[in-house]
Amino acid sequence: MMRNRLGYYIKEGFTGIFKHGFMSFATICVITACLIIMGTFALLAINIQAIISNLESQNQIVAYIDENLPDNEAAGIENEIRRIENISTVRFVTREEAFSNFLAKYENNSLFSDLDASVLKDRYVITLKDIADMEMTRDQLISIPGIVKVNAHLEISKGFVTLRNIAGLVSIALVLMLLLVSVFIMANTIKLATFSRREEIAIMKIVGATNWFIRFPFILQGMMLGIAGSMFAYLIEWGLYYLVAGRLAVSNTFSFITLVPFDMITLPLLISFGVLGLLVGVFGSTSAIKNYLYI
Amino acid sequence: MISMYEVYKSYENGTSAIRGINLTIEDGEFAFLVGPSGSGKTTIIKMITGEVYPTSGVVSVNGFDLSRIKRRQTPKLRRTLGVIFQDFRLIDKKTVYENVAFAMYVLGKSNKEIKQRVPYVLQLVGLESRMSCLPAELSGGEQQRVAIARALVNNPQVIIADEPTGNIDPARSLEIMMLLEKINELGTTVLVVTHERELVNRFSKRVIAIDAGRLISDGMGGYYEYDEE
Ligand SMILES: Nc1ncnc2c1ncn2[C@@H]1O[C@H](COP(=O)(O)OP(=O)(O)OP(=O)(O)O)[C@@H](O)[C@H]1O
Ligand SMILES: [Mg+2]
Repeated sequence: MMRNRLGYYIKEGFTGIFKHGFMSFATICVITACLIIMGTFALLAINIQAIISNLESQNQIVAYIDENLPDNEAAGIENEIRRIENISTVRFVTREEAFSNFLAKYENNSLFSDLDASVLKDRYVITLKDIADMEMTRDQLISIPGIVKVNAHLEISKGFVTLRNIAGLVSIALVLMLLLVSVFIMANTIKLATFSRREEIAIMKIVGATNWFIRFPFILQGMMLGIAGSMFAYLIEWGLYYLVAGRLAVSNTFSFITLVPFDMITLPLLISFGVLGLLVGVFGSTSAIKNYLYI
Repeated sequence: MISMYEVYKSYENGTSAIRGINLTIEDGEFAFLVGPSGSGKTTIIKMITGEVYPTSGVVSVNGFDLSRIKRRQTPKLRRTLGVIFQDFRLIDKKTVYENVAFAMYVLGKSNKEIKQRVPYVLQLVGLESRMSCLPAELSGGEQQRVAIARALVNNPQVIIADEPTGNIDPARSLEIMMLLEKINELGTTVLVVTHERELVNRFSKRVIAIDAGRLISDGMGGYYEYDEE
């Protein structure tokens, strides 16, 4: 880049922004809106994923063992279970242990006081790597000889997985669509700026200024608009997130949902908004100025 | 030096603007390029400045081969040229001084160089007292002299003027031509496109005449023989 021209680029960039103040404002608004929509769906997907992970660690499959199986064979089943791909942890629980857990849970309930451990079976308590495949894993478990019954909460896992997949797909589709919209709006705004400076551009061309020199103020202008849009989007998204988190915390219906803390997503969100804003600025302005450079 | 060898140019719409031109303009020459409207004068100028490319043949300007020049090279070629247009092409919001300085600024010249050079060229074209005027405050002839100063300011090897007096009254036109002659005497090659027979005949210079994209005469002596229209 040429000597001491940074000031020139920045000045020209700002001039372009304020000269078409309304269009600049509109561009920032569109980018902000697009990023908020994208960001919201991405955050939704992230939170559902967090819920799923949580379920994965909590949601245990219980595989009951045939009572008539000798103890040494029952222990051998563990190796077969571990051979299943999707298995994360396996823990053998004797009927006595299960019984004392059960009693602990219903300590004050006299209904169960005259039960004894023999009513329960030995079992394996299993957690999964991915609950999306819970159904398949359950079938694999059942097919192991010596396992008589498998308890798995398929419905919940299925529901969340579907939700996550939808949110994921929607956010990808939105990202593509809204990025196109933003680039289009950006390109139009920068075109206005190039149009009002077309004489200067023509003169720069004819005296032999490089394309980079001519292009740069416009690209900078695009980048400034893009960054402004992403900063606003970030701030608004932040506010929205706290609002929703607050509502969820006091809600009766949804109190089981705790959002991923905003601190944990601050950096990724800031970076992806920033990068997207910059990209919109660069692509929009580059496409806007293209026509002027081929003379 | 400018040279054209067997140059043809057809535009995308099929118009055959140049049909086989051979031409050489040596360093330090002064030449008029004349011809009726639509004969291809502007097309020749644009091939020299790299705004359009020849369909076939070779165009070479100051060592650049225009038939195979890379887009990235075009700015370098243009720095060896000073171009002047019929419509002046000044920036209305910039003063005379700023208009001229802009041409240096966008090539990355230092402020010191700019401060030295701009007053010098403005004095050369006789506008040292109008430096802080806006173009709108100047006559057509004066505006064209600003454009000439701008073309000169980066010290080009060749000045190319496409109908520089087209928008200027006859008395001022003569002054512009004399200014271009003076610039030529200072060592710059000058190529001037013009319609104005009277004007050409007052100078004793090389006259290149074209019609319908072909060279019809090329000689010294301040004459301009064929009929226009
Ligand atoms: N961009 C273009 N596309 C198509 N045809 C063109 C283009 N520019 C010029 N022409 C045609 O090429 C021919 C030569 O045009 P050119 O502008 O070179 O003529 P000229 O000698 O400069 O005319 P004038 O004296 O009126 O300026 C004309 O027939 C014109 O219509
Ligand atoms: Mg012409």
